Amino acid sequence: MSDATAPSPTAPTSSLLKQDDRTRRRNRAETRFRAYGMAAVIVGILALVLLLTSILSNGLSSFRQTFITFPVTLAEERLDPQGNRNPEEMARVTTFGYAPLLGQSFVEHVQSMGIETDLGPREMAAMISDEAPGQLRAMVLANPDIVGETITLELLAGGRIDGFFKGRVTMASAERDNNVSPEQLLLAEALREQGVMDTRFNWDFITAPDASGQRPEAAGLGVAILGSFYMMIVVLVLALPIGVAASIYLEEFAPKNRFTDLIEVNISNLAAVPSIVFGILGLAIFINFAGLPQSAPIVGGLVLTLMTLPTIIIATRASLRAVPPSIRSAALGLGASKMQSVFHHVLPLAAPGILTGTIIGLAQALGETAPLLLIGMVAFVREYPSAPPDGFFDPASALPVQVYNWTQRSDPAFVERASGAIIVLLVFLIFMNAVAILLRRRFERRW
Amino acid sequence: MNDMRAVERDVDTNDLKITARGVDVFYGDTHAIKDVDVDIVDNTVTAFIGPSGCGKSTFLRCLNRMNDTIDVARVEGSIMLDGEDIYDPKVDPVQLRAKVGMVFQKPNPFPKSIYDNVAYGPRIHGLAKDKAALDEIVEKSLRRAALWDEAKDRLDQPGTGLSGGQQQRLCIARAVATNPEVLLMDEPCSALDPIATAQIEELIDELRSRYSVVIVTHSMQQAARVSQKTAFFHLGELVEFGETGHIFTNPSDPRTESYITGRIG
Amino acid sequence: MPLLWILVIVLCLGVAGYVLGRQRAMASAGGDRRILHSLPSYYGANVSIFTIVPALLVLTIWLFVQPVVIERQVTSMITDTAIEDAGSRGLVMTDVRRVAEGLEVAIEQGALTSEEAQNIRTEFTNVRSRLGEVGVALGGEVTPEVLDAAQRYRELNRIGNQMMTIVVLILAALGLGYAYARTHQEFRARNTVEYAILTILVLASTIAILTTVGIVLSMLFETFNFFQLYPAQDFFFGTEWAPTFESDASELGLLPLLWGTMYVSVIALLVAVPIGLFAAIYMAEYASARVRSFAKPLIEILAGIPTIVYGLFALITVGPLLRDYFAEPLGLGTSSSSVMTAGIVMGIMLIPFVSSLSDDIINAVPQSLRDGSFGLGATHSETVKQVILPAALPGIVGAILLAASRAIGETMIVVLGAGAAARLDLNPFEAMTTVTVKIVGQLTGDTDFSSPEALVAFALGLTLFVITLGLNVMALYIVRRYREQYE
Repeated sequence: MSDATAPSPTAPTSSLLKQDDRTRRRNRAETRFRAYGMAAVIVGILALVLLLTSILSNGLSSFRQTFITFPVTLAEERLDPQGNRNPEEMARVTTFGYAPLLGQSFVEHVQSMGIETDLGPREMAAMISDEAPGQLRAMVLANPDIVGETITLELLAGGRIDGFFKGRVTMASAERDNNVSPEQLLLAEALREQGVMDTRFNWDFITAPDASGQRPEAAGLGVAILGSFYMMIVVLVLALPIGVAASIYLEEFAPKNRFTDLIEVNISNLAAVPSIVFGILGLAIFINFAGLPQSAPIVGGLVLTLMTLPTIIIATRASLRAVPPSIRSAALGLGASKMQSVFHHVLPLAAPGILTGTIIGLAQALGETAPLLLIGMVAFVREYPSAPPDGFFDPASALPVQVYNWTQRSDPAFVERASGAIIVLLVFLIFMNAVAILLRRRFERRW
Repeated sequence: MNDMRAVERDVDTNDLKITARGVDVFYGDTHAIKDVDVDIVDNTVTAFIGPSGCGKSTFLRCLNRMNDTIDVARVEGSIMLDGEDIYDPKVDPVQLRAKVGMVFQKPNPFPKSIYDNVAYGPRIHGLAKDKAALDEIVEKSLRRAALWDEAKDRLDQPGTGLSGGQQQRLCIARAVATNPEVLLMDEPCSALDPIATAQIEELIDELRSRYSVVIVTHSMQQAARVSQKTAFFHLGELVEFGETGHIFTNPSDPRTESYITGRIG
Repeated sequence: MPLLWILVIVLCLGVAGYVLGRQRAMASAGGDRRILHSLPSYYGANVSIFTIVPALLVLTIWLFVQPVVIERQVTSMITDTAIEDAGSRGLVMTDVRRVAEGLEVAIEQGALTSEEAQNIRTEFTNVRSRLGEVGVALGGEVTPEVLDAAQRYRELNRIGNQMMTIVVLILAALGLGYAYARTHQEFRARNTVEYAILTILVLASTIAILTTVGIVLSMLFETFNFFQLYPAQDFFFGTEWAPTFESDASELGLLPLLWGTMYVSVIALLVAVPIGLFAAIYMAEYASARVRSFAKPLIEILAGIPTIVYGLFALITVGPLLRDYFAEPLGLGTSSSSVMTAGIVMGIMLIPFVSSLSDDIINAVPQSLRDGSFGLGATHSETVKQVILPAALPGIVGAILLAASRAIGETMIVVLGAGAAARLDLNPFEAMTTVTVKIVGQLTGDTDFSSPEALVAFALGLTLFVITLGLNVMALYIVRRYREQYE
């Protein structure tokens, strides 16, 4: 090809100061592309905001609860027919013996305040939570001497009344509802003006055990939090030493051979195995084969340990690898054995990274739900597990499972409870992650 | 006809292609280039030499605004290409870089076929109206980069499969394909073996007939072999700029002399 | 002797061994620790290890083996008629164990003396009510045969425990003596101790393998049992999922579940891949350091949120929203749980997963390629589309495969968002169900592990495991190859 036929490369081309059409088009494409990217980021952040708003707006109200305050006369002939204040005999009176007392006292109190209502006594009494007689009974049995006196009590209001003050139940919805009537709501409104009913912060949501499906107002997270806490102890005690030991071997001692390759492949695969599969493992091995009890924190802890191990191992290995070889050489050069150089020098230097990884692993384990469903943690548990070590084998619930449990109940008040439980769960997670971030900031070392 | 063009070239020889006046470059707080004035003449090879970290590459990257891609870099002063300030806000760096091509230190072929590597520039700039025209550009560029004979039978194979020297010639072909007026080369031979280096140097000499070439090198021998003009940078300053022969035989600044004789650097 | 006491004694021996070993080493060196091969504490630790480890090892094995041996011995005492009466050998043995345990509890509570327990007779005493008094409830009356077996069971257990105590304690003492005798200034105590530690490290790292083996075995056996009860081809190719409580009538076809799983996953990926990828591109290529420093953590928060939270989000927000604004106006259905609900929410969950993996991969593309492209006058988007993405493609494909494996194995979002009705349908606003939902469904609550309705969950689990394992292995392979390319 002759050079002359080619377009002159140095032909005085267009000015740089003027954009040609093509460049303008290309720049528009550039702007569009950039906008897509920004839109994607914004969509991601919006999704987060929407998620959190949805949970917060639904759940924050669960920390507040409506209470009714009125004097209750603890009639002796009902509660202690023998009159000897013997708790064992008084225990024969069931909650069915207490309920009428409450109802009667409540009706009398309303009448004494001069509030007009078309409601009959039974409907008025229905505004008190079904949980209240049980609470009163426990109170009387713990302190039999109060029988015969008139004491002022703060008792839970029914779920629908509570919902009315939180805006979930309206006059219109009460028309269609068999569990509450508009008249009851009117009375509730009047009682609130008189100061008999009051909605305020409710510690019981965090400390009380779960309640049955008809009593959302009494359901709490106590057993679930305790169960989750026990599981985290098991995970920490097992996963941290095992994970660190495995990482030290793989990172510092392992020869490069088939066996260590097999371990590596297994670890990276376990990190991606669906969590539900770990649940099947727990059910088959720990419960059916080893005979450990269902719903027990020990089984949950073991399953979560196996799930958390890869996370801890990966984090630990990364922080071991970040310790420069010069430290190892220095120790070896002074005549330390390989084992001594690792345990005396490398491990302490890697400790902050290991701790951070462990906390993040624990946070993951805390939120894990699916495997726990299979090992029976969905069971309805009202008894607090006893103190460790026995408590590890007692039935318990777990925070995320409690959320699932509540979503399966028909009363809409449980949506609020489930969202509230999630807020508690998220607070724990935020706390753990914040600690991890602080640790990393505080101790992070760049070599 | 070739003769006629040669005559034209002689006329152009004294044309100033790029004039840089009072250029300062900052990387964050670091003052990397201090008040540099340089004139790049058309159809010549200008070499920037100097010890590592003296700013020669930084200055080279100013000439096609590659420093724009670094957030903290800031350029002051004026750099004119054919009388137009390339740092004018109206200038689109994309258009500028089509005119001022660049070849990098390490051969960096895209993970595509040889053909697609060369066709990349013409495609994005819309230089070919159809497939045949594109084929022609690719062939011509590969010929100019002295790679056609080796590559013509394997155009559809990945560019990363070539040898180091071939890869660098592919990168030159890729730069030539966009029809630039100036070709910037940032230590193009530093990653190559001596034979490949010789081939590239020969190629640079041929390219001079069509483009003004600016080459950064820290090999003084290379600068002496390929360039007509040489600029010596030291600690961000332009110490000396002049005819290559003059700089190497009779440097006027003592620092240049120390560098050439191997006392600094 | 109770287990706890054996443990305490062994540990005490270990501590004693430590002190003794240390002392003997120092004595052998005449009190000059410089003459010793290792630090004195290593000699102590060495004796400790020899005392504790063999003893506890034997103890552990014994605890596993003894019940099996005793079971076999006792089982042979039970006649076939007794088995027929009770229904199965296993049920008789459960009775035997409960009676034996009940007698122990009774002795412990003082309701019976050990002689009384030994000589108790069904002819004279109502064993059931006696045990009931101490809180051990029995299903039926205790037959003499069962009582005999229970007595034998107790006897064997007692002998076994005695023998175990003796053997373990002797072993601990022997270990102590052996290691103590070997303790001498030239003995390489450190090497032995370090070898022991290394063994522990190796054992810890094999847990990963054991877990995998455990997963596979636990599902393989039960899957095998399932296929004995339910034909494999009906499971794999059946298009009907309808478990019932009367056995033989259940239809347990995998296909509708697999269809639901795939449908949800595809929608999730359609949401997550473009958003995640574009977000990663923006973060890696465009965003200024300031924007990146707050946007990136915000998006990564999405990855730290537990899936149950996404599930609830699907249930109470996204589901009703889609139903009220899309499904009902378009006449596509009235269900708030739907493939679309679960898919979109799962997509949101996967955004950070795709974006952080892609971010890593895009950042791994060498800067020289970007420079090359910019140097030719390409715009940033042209560089991304024509150089960076093709270069990063294998890595991104790997990331998408990993995301797909996540989506397929995800449980809580689909449990709460997708519904429970198994159907093969195209309408994305219809409730469908997935493999994971049915695993949860079949295995929660009271389950009878001999029915195909429960066992099918193991077959489903195995299917899920195989699919996700395949995707993971493929993805890891691709990503690793990609990393090597630029290293």
